[in-house]
Amino acid sequence: MAEKISDLFQAQGKLTKTRHIYSVSEITKDIKLILENTFGEVWIEAEISNFKAYESGHFYFTLKDEFAVLSAVMFSRANKELPFKIVDGLKVICFGSISVYGPRGQYQLIVEKMEPKGIGAQQLAFEQLKKKLAKEGLFDPVHKKPLPLMPFRVGIVTSISGAAVRDILQILKKGASCIDVVIRSVRVQGEFAAREIVAGITDLNEFKEVDLIIISRGGGSSEDLWSFNEEIVARAIYNSAIPTISAVGHQINITLSDLVADVFVETPSAAAKIIVDKKNTLLAQIDAQRQELFSSIAQIFYNLDKNLIALKHMLKSPLDRLLEKQQQLDELKSNLISQMRHYLGINQERARGLIEKLEALSPLAILSRGYSLSMLMPQGAIIKDSTKIKMGDIVKTILEKGAFVSSVREVIKNEGKTNP
Amino acid sequence: MKEKQTLEENIKKLEKIVNELSSGKLGLGDSLKRYEEGIKLAQDCSFVLNEAQRKVEILMKKEGKFSLEKFDEK
Repeated sequence: MAEKISDLFQAQGKLTKTRHIYSVSEITKDIKLILENTFGEVWIEAEISNFKAYESGHFYFTLKDEFAVLSAVMFSRANKELPFKIVDGLKVICFGSISVYGPRGQYQLIVEKMEPKGIGAQQLAFEQLKKKLAKEGLFDPVHKKPLPLMPFRVGIVTSISGAAVRDILQILKKGASCIDVVIRSVRVQGEFAAREIVAGITDLNEFKEVDLIIISRGGGSSEDLWSFNEEIVARAIYNSAIPTISAVGHQINITLSDLVADVFVETPSAAAKIIVDKKNTLLAQIDAQRQELFSSIAQIFYNLDKNLIALKHMLKSPLDRLLEKQQQLDELKSNLISQMRHYLGINQERARGLIEKLEALSPLAILSRGYSLSMLMPQGAIIKDSTKIKMGDIVKTILEKGAFVSSVREVIKNEGKTNP
Repeated sequence: MKEKQTLEENIKKLEKIVNELSSGKLGLGDSLKRYEEGIKLAQDCSFVLNEAQRKVEILMKKEGKFSLEKFDEK
């Protein structure tokens, strides 16, 4: 190649000696050869302007600095892998080769690689995509779905062999053992990771039988976590009908998955802790309600008891009434006794007289005045009528002092007091 | 899924009963009935949350059909 170039310079030297007439194509071909072979592949720092992406997939733009401009083209095979978007004003470092495009008489840089200046290509891509998705409203809080009150079946999109799944399972087992887990195993880094993560989220949505999806992987470099910054992953999370928790990496890195998920936490363990906390909060709430039920019913009983006491006061107890009656009765009794005593006292004298009178009426008193009393024996019936006896009857006659027994000699009918 | 629905329904019912009972507007008979219902609901809810029978499975998809495989945690 060096030979060829020296040949061309020799030809240039010849120009002064002999008159050589070029056609435009010939001179362009020589210029092309000189330029392309002189510079070969170069790195150029510049600012992008007049950027145009054609339907063919090729990019056309101008690289410029303060004093000069350079046309540039980046063919689709080269720009296909470009993570960020080229925009006017972007400061870049390009790698490529200078070439001459004959039909336009133009030299240009054919860009093979491009990276943003002062910032990593991926970082730029991240910023650009973040801006785009934010503009579309993917991070908007109005699109955030509330997590279920208690997710009894949790789907996890992660690698089955990673640390994330172990961390989550361990915390759930210890803190919320009522939770079933469905793991959808995917690769979480590398070329196929993004597509597999998307498939995992879509599958769990199709499967339907989970209440919550955790998208997770353990910590790593930002390159390791890159899949979670891919647009298809962000969109799959956004489109999930089932609420999502993004739990990627360890703290520092916020991924687009984090921004688009309904809830994001810094570590896989933190995602599991959300569920454990939900369970504990619910249990505490149920306990508080049980307490409230108890105090309500206790209040009801207390009120009833209070009413009862009031009613009891209003309604004299039967015992009280009994005692009252008893007292009344005692009073009456003592009254009665003293009344009786009084009455008896008054009548004592009269009674004595009456007794005397009564005594005077005794048959024995009559006997003392000389009367006697005869009885028919053996019956002892007092004889008042002479017709009731006959001759020979045995009669006992009682006197004031002593008595005698006699036999009837004669019955006289009409002597003494006569019956009418 | 079924557990989740039942729990959510039960918790709503429990809240309603707690409010009804604390309002003091119910008679003694109804209060006791609601109290019993409430305590039963609270017990059911706690039971479900404290249950320790969990399954860990792996979701597989073959020819568009889902299947679950047991996951060995060790």
